[in-house]
Amino acid sequence: MAVKTLTIDGKAVSADENDTILQAATEAGIKIPTLCHLDGLGDVGACRLCITEVAGSNKLQPACVTKIAEGMEVKTNSERIQKYRIMILELLFAERNHVCAVCVANRHCDLQKLAADAGMMHVRFPYQYPQAAVDASHDWFVVDHNRCILCTRCVRVCDEVEGAHTWDVMGRGAGSRVITDLNQPWGTSETCTSCSKCVQVCPTGALSSKGKSVAEMVKKRDFVTYLVQTREERL
Amino acid sequence: MLLEELNAMADKEKAARKQIRIRCCMSAGCMSSQSAEIKQALDKAVADRQLGEQVEVVRVGCMGLCGQGPLVSIDPQGVLYEQVTPENAGSIVDALAGGTAYAQQGDPKNPFFTRQLAVVSRNGGRIDPERIEAYIEAGGYGALHHVLHELTPAQVVDAITKSGLRGRGGAGFPTGLKWATVAKSKGDRKYVICNGDEGDPGAFMDRSVLESDPHAVIEGMAIAGYAVGASHGYLYVRAEYPLAISRLQIAIRQAKQHGLLGEGLFESTFNFNVEIRIGAGAFVCGEETALMASIEGRRGQPRPRPPFPAESGLWGCPTLINNVETFANIVPIISQGAEWYAGLGTEKSKGTKVFALTGKIRNNGLIEVPMGITIREIVEDLGGGAPDGTQIKAVQTGGPSGGCIPAKLFDTPVDYDSLMKVGSIMGSGGMVVMDDSTNMVDVARFYMQFCMEESCGKCIPCRAGTVQMYNLLTKILDRKATLKDLESLEELCDMVKHTSLCGLGQTAPNPVISTLRYFRNEYLALLQPEPGEENASHNGHITESATTR
Amino acid sequence: MHIKAVKPPLPSQDKRWKIIDAKMRKLGYQSHALIETLHAVQESFGFLEEDALRWVAKSLRVPPSKVYGVATFYNFFTLKPQGAHTCVVCLGTACYVKASGHILEAIEKFAQIKPGETTPDNQLSLLTVRCIGACGIAPAVVFDGNVSGRLTSENAIEKLKGYIHAS
Repeated sequence: MAVKTLTIDGKAVSADENDTILQAATEAGIKIPTLCHLDGLGDVGACRLCITEVAGSNKLQPACVTKIAEGMEVKTNSERIQKYRIMILELLFAERNHVCAVCVANRHCDLQKLAADAGMMHVRFPYQYPQAAVDASHDWFVVDHNRCILCTRCVRVCDEVEGAHTWDVMGRGAGSRVITDLNQPWGTSETCTSCSKCVQVCPTGALSSKGKSVAEMVKKRDFVTYLVQTREERL
Repeated sequence: MLLEELNAMADKEKAARKQIRIRCCMSAGCMSSQSAEIKQALDKAVADRQLGEQVEVVRVGCMGLCGQGPLVSIDPQGVLYEQVTPENAGSIVDALAGGTAYAQQGDPKNPFFTRQLAVVSRNGGRIDPERIEAYIEAGGYGALHHVLHELTPAQVVDAITKSGLRGRGGAGFPTGLKWATVAKSKGDRKYVICNGDEGDPGAFMDRSVLESDPHAVIEGMAIAGYAVGASHGYLYVRAEYPLAISRLQIAIRQAKQHGLLGEGLFESTFNFNVEIRIGAGAFVCGEETALMASIEGRRGQPRPRPPFPAESGLWGCPTLINNVETFANIVPIISQGAEWYAGLGTEKSKGTKVFALTGKIRNNGLIEVPMGITIREIVEDLGGGAPDGTQIKAVQTGGPSGGCIPAKLFDTPVDYDSLMKVGSIMGSGGMVVMDDSTNMVDVARFYMQFCMEESCGKCIPCRAGTVQMYNLLTKILDRKATLKDLESLEELCDMVKHTSLCGLGQTAPNPVISTLRYFRNEYLALLQPEPGEENASHNGHITESATTR
Repeated sequence: MHIKAVKPPLPSQDKRWKIIDAKMRKLGYQSHALIETLHAVQESFGFLEEDALRWVAKSLRVPPSKVYGVATFYNFFTLKPQGAHTCVVCLGTACYVKASGHILEAIEKFAQIKPGETTPDNQLSLLTVRCIGACGIAPAVVFDGNVSGRLTSENAIEKLKGYIHAS
């Protein structure tokens, strides 16, 4: 595999020719905020938080799906990008009903952490207060749609790693919801194997385990890359 | 099928022509105004007056002046009848035998007709779209034969490149370059897709081509398949166009029957098959990657590009996607030559463009004009200007991705680059005329509502941003917004435009940006002072009356 | 170990299932036939009922959540039965500029329902669409599949009454 060199935020970085900007940055110790990306899952470039400026192009490129090129000059944290990132996070907070104080994922939430890191002090957009349900029909897990940000990590882990494809998305636009089987209570799903992979990969408190307190609802995600790599070794 | 057989069919069709031909438009618009019954009445009248030897009544496609339909035209006299009814249809036949026609006569010398240049619409309104013989008599499938027997695939790509044809779906990407990329891409299996998901509200050019001249599109796709190395094509048509779908199904069946689709076309080694895929009501499926997802049976959500469809498209295979109108230009380019085509239009925008001219204008319908014609010529000459007592204020092009061009800029030539300079885009061809009774803020909100409802929901800027922008526009229209809200709207426009994943989100702010650029006073007139500043003066903006233009 | 794919039986003796099965067979029971199959279901039954979705999912070997996701993504498909008559008001740009919004309001007032709803007596379903391509004869409304153009609020109501009482 050929090695290429590029510059990220002024730092000279070398990376494999098939790496994405995100992979190259991570290896070089440069942190780029992400939400829909999770190591081991297919990337969708949906949250737009990892957008970067690439010299020579006036289009912002998402780091998670953009392949590096020799001599590329990438900026990951310009003022413009910071401005856009905060706006995107604010849009998320205003879109559903995110109340950290009563959420089981408080202090262990990817969304919360990103907002804090980005310096989001308040939300300038009017809250939409959509009607969103809580489904506690499953014996062991709960899905709270008030906390869902439609990152689709649950859909992807269930499809790509577990293989059951219990989760998918229904509807369109802001009316989209993640669903199990034919939009039926999770507890009645015929395809769910109760493996809890979706709960672990969910960045917020949308998916959680029953009976866990706030302190206990820490998510473990290393299994994703472990399973994916072990499977590849077998093939 | 051999060339001799093709020519024999054409000759036979020509020989069967009667002296007088009555053409009756049977495209969707006229059909909804009973043109099927009109044709029946015409047939009956011809039979009753025993004129069957000299007169034939032919079902044809769109004649363009849809606002005055149903239309009936007589050759060779060149008489045009408008707003025909089943009741007065019979009198049209009487007039041929010396009687009087009680149907309203139109004027074929009207600039609406005379200033057009028919390339894409050459057969529309002249041939029966449900008879392949009619298409063949008009020269159909001759270009395919020429290409298969006298040109290499590379030569075909070269011809399209030299013609300067640019994608007619709206982006204006050089067609030859796209074909060259797919041709070069490695893969055993490649696909050709025709994008017939004409979703821009107010645009019906592609519907008209598919209903009036379906074989032209099929032949164009086959030539493309030969050029890029694909043997399978998909025609993706939106479900809201049932007549277009039915005409395509008939055309495909007839082409297969005559060996013009299938294995070994014209005794060559080239195979080409076309399947229709029906859309299901999603504007976003007009986007290339969303369209392919739809053909693959999935939710029509776009994906990041690269990789581009030309390298990795349908089921990961190199795929050529072009718009209906783009394909409809292929046969004329091959038949009459790339040099001829490159002689039409302007330096960077070659050829012609079909526009759906609608709204507050005298002549509503479809026009095909050379690139470079000015908006003023379209509005005043072809369009016939404003209906009595109104003033035209602006023209909207490009649908929900486009912008409004004010009357003072009507001398702008219509070409890809000039329209972009004034803050709009060519788009697929929708051209809506607005007058002084149109509220431009309301227009901006109309398009934002459309984008909000059609957003696929995958990326946050578009999914959540369009909702917030729509709410702000409503707040402004409800006279509850302040200058701060307007600033917030502009910030959102900037962010959504630059961070959205696909063209829908990236262009959703365009109508807002464009109306703010030219009609900012209409926004300002609706604003309220900040709470607590009701008595302060804001450079006179807030006190401007709403009637100031 | 190779698992043999078992085709699920037809849900009932209703002949319409055979038509839909034929569609799936024509496309090789492949997963990409999903949208074409859902069109066939809707054409046959007027809407996509749950049993049909489950059967299609099993026949094409597509996960049920994926079928549901596709069925609800596209405007054309409906999971609820439609009324005896449908009225679709076009809200495309050309129609909108010619006041189709007013026509919609008039129909809403007359039928006492909003777009997406069906009257309590199941006689009429009201829908909106964003462009049917009849822009030359704007404003347009589709009554029971028939396109009507150049309408006003008054004659649109008259036409609607005509369609409802014709049955």
